[in-house]
Amino acid sequence: MSALLEVDALSVGFRTRRGIVRALSEASVAIEPGELLLVVGESGSGKTVLAHTLLSLLPRNVDVAGSVRLGGTELLGLAPAALRELRARRMALIPQSPASSLNPVRTLGGQLIEGARARGLSEEQARRRLRALLGELGLDFDFIGGRYIHQLSGGMQQRIVNAMALVGEPDVVIADEPTSGLDSELVETTAAQLQEISARGASLLVITHDLRLAQRLAGWIALLYASRIVELGPTAAFFEAPAHPYGRELLRALPEREGKSIPGMAPELTALPGHCAFADRCPDRFDRCTEALPDLYPAPDGVLARCFVHAAR
Amino acid sequence: MLRAERISKSYRASGGHVVAVDGASLQLERGQRLGLVGPSGSGKSTLAQVMAMLLAPDDGSLTVDGDRIDVWGVHCRCELRHRVQLVFQSPRMAVDPRLRVGEAILEPLVASRLLAARDAECAVLLHDWATRVGLTYDLLERFPHEVSEGQLQRACLARALIVAPRYLICDELSSMLDVSTQAALLEAIAAIQAEQELGVLLITHDRVLADTWCGEVADIRELAARSGEGEADATQRHASARAAALSALVRGRQRRAMPP
Ligand SMILES: Nc1ncnc2c1ncn2[C@@H]1O[C@H](COP(=O)(O)OP(=O)(O)OP(=O)(O)O)[C@@H](O)[C@H]1O
Ligand SMILES: Nc1ncnc2c1ncn2[C@@H]1O[C@H](COP(=O)(O)OP(=O)(O)O)[C@@H](O)[C@H]1O
Ligand SMILES: [Mg+2]
Ligand SMILES: [Mg+2]
Repeated sequence: MSALLEVDALSVGFRTRRGIVRALSEASVAIEPGELLLVVGESGSGKTVLAHTLLSLLPRNVDVAGSVRLGGTELLGLAPAALRELRARRMALIPQSPASSLNPVRTLGGQLIEGARARGLSEEQARRRLRALLGELGLDFDFIGGRYIHQLSGGMQQRIVNAMALVGEPDVVIADEPTSGLDSELVETTAAQLQEISARGASLLVITHDLRLAQRLAGWIALLYASRIVELGPTAAFFEAPAHPYGRELLRALPEREGKSIPGMAPELTALPGHCAFADRCPDRFDRCTEALPDLYPAPDGVLARCFVHAAR
Repeated sequence: MLRAERISKSYRASGGHVVAVDGASLQLERGQRLGLVGPSGSGKSTLAQVMAMLLAPDDGSLTVDGDRIDVWGVHCRCELRHRVQLVFQSPRMAVDPRLRVGEAILEPLVASRLLAARDAECAVLLHDWATRVGLTYDLLERFPHEVSEGQLQRACLARALIVAPRYLICDELSSMLDVSTQAALLEAIAAIQAEQELGVLLITHDRVLADTWCGEVADIRELAARSGEGEADATQRHASARAAALSALVRGRQRRAMPP
């Protein structure tokens, strides 16, 4: 079976007044139909940039290298019309900031229906699907339809964009923090909805800071730190024992564990070091860590980790 | 003490009223860490905005260290508004997109004429706060759309703390942050609490976080039923040893700080 979504050596740099912000460096992942890839990692490490690059939603001051293929078709540099068509029919994004992704001066009903129609649903189908999806999330379509986005609580706004993304049964769903503002019951419902479309064969990329949700969704996990994937492997293996020291320290920061932050700060992305970017904060650091950039090396349990600890294997 | 009593607030929208908060009472003491939990849409953010003097309630009263609030929003005196600062749930909607991140952090000081943007103190303060919330300096010169959601959220926290509030309300601060950054911010807030008796109301869906970090946790659904029945019963006491020890520590500090 061919991988539906393939990302190969993807690098993204933003040109700014202070030099080039290297937001993503040589990221490679593949998501097969029916597979779910979680993307977790430090705030500012490049997760949203990855999501936006897959959908060609980046601003103009950007340089992109590498490739993104959907079912063999290269998406980077695709003509705008073809891209729009592809995005409407096959790909869906749950944006990290729901409120700013909807039109503030139109009521929601029209926007929701319009979104679903763009995915090829009839008006009748759109209403039925939206009613069902929102109903599962405890919202009444008719009630919500007459409101403006700012009239809803943060968690309600999140549920709206979730329903909007899942409505057309897309092949690829990219969800950027799909559970922010949701209480534990709604997180559970959302997790079930995501798993359901994954079971129907969609490829899912789920960005989340909620590590309990990550563990619950299982599948595969990519850990990002300072623009690079530093660990890639089965989610179960990650929660069992992370192969990268950053992963281990991150889990320790969970409130149910030690709840302590990792001392220090990630480097500026305009001045990334030529060696391991986590070295400054790493308790396991040795000489080589500040001399060279580690590759992704095979670690136990089918995991890849960007750490010299695994280089010898 | 920040004291909200029998606060009610409903919104008018097409198809009728939405009662967002119905007679809720909540009090936050200086130095205290109080968690506020409740389902999505239960009125947490509305109550938070009322307590931060940004939104006028339909009914009920708010007092800040004994001063009763009668005027809300921009017409409320700066000095009063600065006493209670709110970090909004959605940072993207909370900052002016035309201001650079550094300018946004300094804005409350400049707008209230406590400092002028050109003052040397501004640069010093800005760098200090950036470091405290874990922002590298290169971010300060970017516009909000050029930084990540979590980075913007940290800027909003710095912006709230820069006016040296007595009370801080964090509305789902952590849903934008990885657990290590979340822990770092809570450590930074704790350090300020130790220095200046900051009272913190932490609104969160993370029950584990609320239970471990906060001395007490209140559920918004229980604030209304017992409103007006006096103080402590409105909040559900939390039993874990760590939390109890924390509360005791905080209370001790408070007694020492409070004039008789
Ligand atoms: N338009 C832009 N111009 C310059 N830098 C940018 C731009 N957009 C994002 N960045 C930077 O790229 C990096 C990655 O941003 P991104 O939004 O992907 O982070 P993230 O991992 O999603 O973080 P969070 O968890 O906080 O949402 C950040 O350091 C951010 O400041
Ligand atoms: N500006 C507004 N206009 C109309 N209704 C609103 C507005 N803001 C919030 N609401 C409604 O008030 C209720 C409580 O919202 P909110 O306080 O944001 O909840 P929470 O923060 O607990 O999720 C929700 O039903 C929401 O839709
Ligand atoms: Mg992001
Ligand atoms: Mg809210």
